[in-house]
Amino acid sequence: MKSRSNHFGKINRRDFLVKSISAIAVVYIIPNIIETSIAAKQKSEKVSSKTKWGMHIDVTKCVDGCSACIQACNDENGLYGFGRPETDPQWIRKIKLRDLKTNEISVLPMLCQHCENPPCCDVCPTGASFKREDGIVMVNQHTCIGCRYCMMACPFKARSFVHENLTMQLTNSPRGKGCVESCNFCVNKIDHGSAYTACEEACNKEGGGVISFGDLNDSKSKVNAAIKKSPGRRLRVDLKLKQKVTYTGI
Amino acid sequence: MKPGLFSRFIIEQRLFWSIFLGLGFFVLLGIFCAHYMETEGHYITGMNNQIIWGLPHIFAVFMIIISSGVLNIASLSSVFDKEKYKPLAPLSGLIAISYLIGGLAVLVLDLGRPDRLIVAMTTYNFKSIFAWNIFLYSGFFLVLLIYLWTMLDYEIKKYSKSMGIFAFVWRIILTTGTGSIFGFLVAREAYATAILAPLFIVMSLLYGVAIYYAYHSSICWLNKTKISQTMLDNFKKLMIIFLFTNLYFLILYHITNIYISKHLDYEIFLLVSGGIYTLLFWVGQFLIGIVLPLILLIFNKNNSPLSLLITSKIILLGGLFAVAVIIIGGQAYPLNIFPDHQIIESAFYDNVIHSYVPSIYELGLGIGGLTLATLIILIGIANFKFIPKDI
Repeated sequence: MKSRSNHFGKINRRDFLVKSISAIAVVYIIPNIIETSIAAKQKSEKVSSKTKWGMHIDVTKCVDGCSACIQACNDENGLYGFGRPETDPQWIRKIKLRDLKTNEISVLPMLCQHCENPPCCDVCPTGASFKREDGIVMVNQHTCIGCRYCMMACPFKARSFVHENLTMQLTNSPRGKGCVESCNFCVNKIDHGSAYTACEEACNKEGGGVISFGDLNDSKSKVNAAIKKSPGRRLRVDLKLKQKVTYTGI
Repeated sequence: MKPGLFSRFIIEQRLFWSIFLGLGFFVLLGIFCAHYMETEGHYITGMNNQIIWGLPHIFAVFMIIISSGVLNIASLSSVFDKEKYKPLAPLSGLIAISYLIGGLAVLVLDLGRPDRLIVAMTTYNFKSIFAWNIFLYSGFFLVLLIYLWTMLDYEIKKYSKSMGIFAFVWRIILTTGTGSIFGFLVAREAYATAILAPLFIVMSLLYGVAIYYAYHSSICWLNKTKISQTMLDNFKKLMIIFLFTNLYFLILYHITNIYISKHLDYEIFLLVSGGIYTLLFWVGQFLIGIVLPLILLIFNKNNSPLSLLITSKIILLGGLFAVAVIIIGGQAYPLNIFPDHQIIESAFYDNVIHSYVPSIYELGLGIGGLTLATLIILIGIANFKFIPKDI
């Protein structure tokens, strides 16, 4: 039987289908696969306790009204609100304080303090809240059941519960309704070799250079240099949680 | 169980189905509320990133401590050899298992991901008191089933005493675990104290007796049978004892907090300046939950079934307020992140007393849990011989 394609002289149905699918693959699928494979690319070496990620925050440099760190965090992790501030997620926020003794006013960014003894991990029934060998405290989005006990336990109100259906999540930051989330020191960036968290980068560019992130075990790291220059303190030291975020200037 | 001493619930068929369908409607409503909360997300509830646990948790905790406490009636016979409570033991076991199921259903259906229940049942972090509670609750369910079996089956009746002792120990540990969910929260000033565990135990004993009497007297009323004056007086005595024990532990809890300097601000907030929360404490937990029932019990010389039923219901209402004060009041007071500073501005409500208005969906879920427990009791007493013929 004569193929219908011969009426067109050049192409039959099978060729048409094969070529169409190939074209779709070239245009839509392959770039996605490449992107995903890059995103899913594992760090060449295993996470080890030789590295201890930490952060130093110089409150004296923090600018009132600046929200560069918040915007950068939102962009990096695909966070967005629904115009409902009581339920919208916040991984980093700005707080303005007045010293009760000196009346001095200061502003500072507040985020997960990545405790060495994290109460959120202690109370999590499934172990979804966990601390990596390198000290990063984060939530396994696959085993979080949304009980919110970690939020009850966190002394710094650093965690948010996803109250609404999400769309357009980023591949580097898996998120979903019904789970708890918090700052993870831009774990995806760090694991792929970056030495900067998104908030630090933004603060250096647009803010006052308040944030210094790095390896606390490396004496030459920028976090240790910042700590040497202006030693800070941990918040709520009475709780003995040994946070890896220190503040100076308050 | 010795044949002849107990009977099934005798009720007119039309009345039975009316109650069944009425309860079933609220159970279905609860399921609908849970489903809607899950598909839309928790933003439709009154809970948020400040008030993390809300009305479903009040209902769930209330029902779980009731489940533990109501078994005290059975423990009085099997552990403390009080023979007069023996006929009441099977019904107390049934109420315990029903309230455990109802409470757990509410707790699970409020999870952000209730579909991941299997994860909660298979992946444990043994450092978490919550994980221990999952074991304690599911274990209590099994213990209760076996205990009920030993009570109902005359052939294995001889094991009921040892099973009763085992259940007694289990429920004391279980309520300790429930209290410790809050007691182990070191960062919140309302919690972070071991006294919460015994406080929860004495609360469970009080609400357990009240709920047992409320169900028993209602069943007797529907069955047109009477409770003897001796039993009425016994219930009255138990309630008075447990009310005073609750008062003692409540005072001890607050004095301890007042004594700990870093908890003092919270106490001032709750007892003096907390607005709705202060009102909830003094009127709900203290006056309705303890003082009013004590006055009714001590000064009312005519201890009638109806007056005791009213007192039981007042105690239970006060119990709901008490759990609400602990759960909501404890979260409403902001975290003290900077003890030497005053927070002037925060986009995350760090510096305000948090308010909480429960949504209709949370209420629906909670009521659904309560009616589920009652429905299980109704099915139980209609099909098995749980009701003592003569007490």
